[in-house]
Amino acid sequence: MSSPRASAYFWKGFRDGTPFIFVAGPFGLLFGVLAAEAGLKLVETMTLTATVFAGAAQFTALQLMKADTPTLIVIASALAVNLRMAMYSASLTPFMGAAPMWQRALAAYLMVDQSYALSIVKFETEPKLTVPQRMGYFFGSVTPVAVAWNLMTLLGAQVGGSIPDSFALDFAMPIAFLAMVTPMLRTPAHLVAAAVSITIALLTAGLPYNLGLIVAGLVAMMAGARTELVLRRRGLWT
Amino acid sequence: MTPPEASALGDTAVAAGFAPLTIWSVILALALGSFLLRFVFIGFIGDRPLPEWLLRHLRYTAVAVLPALVAPLVVWPPATGGEPDLARLAAAAVTIVIGWISRNVLIAIFAGAATLYTLLYLLG
Repeated sequence: MSSPRASAYFWKGFRDGTPFIFVAGPFGLLFGVLAAEAGLKLVETMTLTATVFAGAAQFTALQLMKADTPTLIVIASALAVNLRMAMYSASLTPFMGAAPMWQRALAAYLMVDQSYALSIVKFETEPKLTVPQRMGYFFGSVTPVAVAWNLMTLLGAQVGGSIPDSFALDFAMPIAFLAMVTPMLRTPAHLVAAAVSITIALLTAGLPYNLGLIVAGLVAMMAGARTELVLRRRGLWT
Repeated sequence: MTPPEASALGDTAVAAGFAPLTIWSVILALALGSFLLRFVFIGFIGDRPLPEWLLRHLRYTAVAVLPALVAPLVVWPPATGGEPDLARLAAAAVTIVIGWISRNVLIAIFAGAATLYTLLYLLG
């Protein structure tokens, strides 16, 4: 980091991001285990994990490859799951867009649910932060997760299928995501968005190629934005 | 052909693996595609201001996408072959309630995991 103040924010982010190793760790372990069980070689698993760095998309790709899905559909579905990263990127652009290109490129690569969730809350609650402080916080927040994710995937890929099903590791991701989302429900508009999201996702679960996720996400964003607008017009927005 | 017992243990897949061309094209496409998706706004738009209506929608990105990602996995868990499962439903409910009350991610995760393991143990 270029200035001591930015590095102080790196460590603030690092501290805030550290609890997420208990989320990313088991999640990465699970990915490594499932990838090994599906027949991926160690170098394949680790290249996928290190370059894609997006758990949900990796699980989606693995799941579909196991089912002998055509390669193009595997790629399209996994990228559809990752569409939310484009939305995260857009959402952080007003706060980080003035940073040097290499930092923005690195931040794009490290854009995950955890770094986005921590950073957006920080940037919104402390609007006076400078751009270097924000970049420091962002990189700090994602560092523990990035290390834990890769190391635990490596461990999982080597342990392979020897973890018994009774550990129910399959449910680590749902619990982690629910725990992340619930504290974000700060306003009635956020609650409406989440409720619409769940309803539409369940109604469209039969749609192929994860299209239900995209439909639910877009409609829920519109529902949240609409609710905010209505509340603002009635003077009920705080 | 492999006997069913072997494939139940995952041996078939381990022995066969995937065609190198298939797996490496998936890896390459996902790596490039994921980066472009993450880079598109922050890299190309930079610090030009985004319109208010777009920002208003983007505020709800996380609460719009993550519940939709999780909801089907809670109601129809792949691990039970898609059958609704009391332990997983209860674990999800406890995670939400404790997350709401505590506003703390880690406490919510521990509460959810404790519920899951307790119920899986009790229900055998």
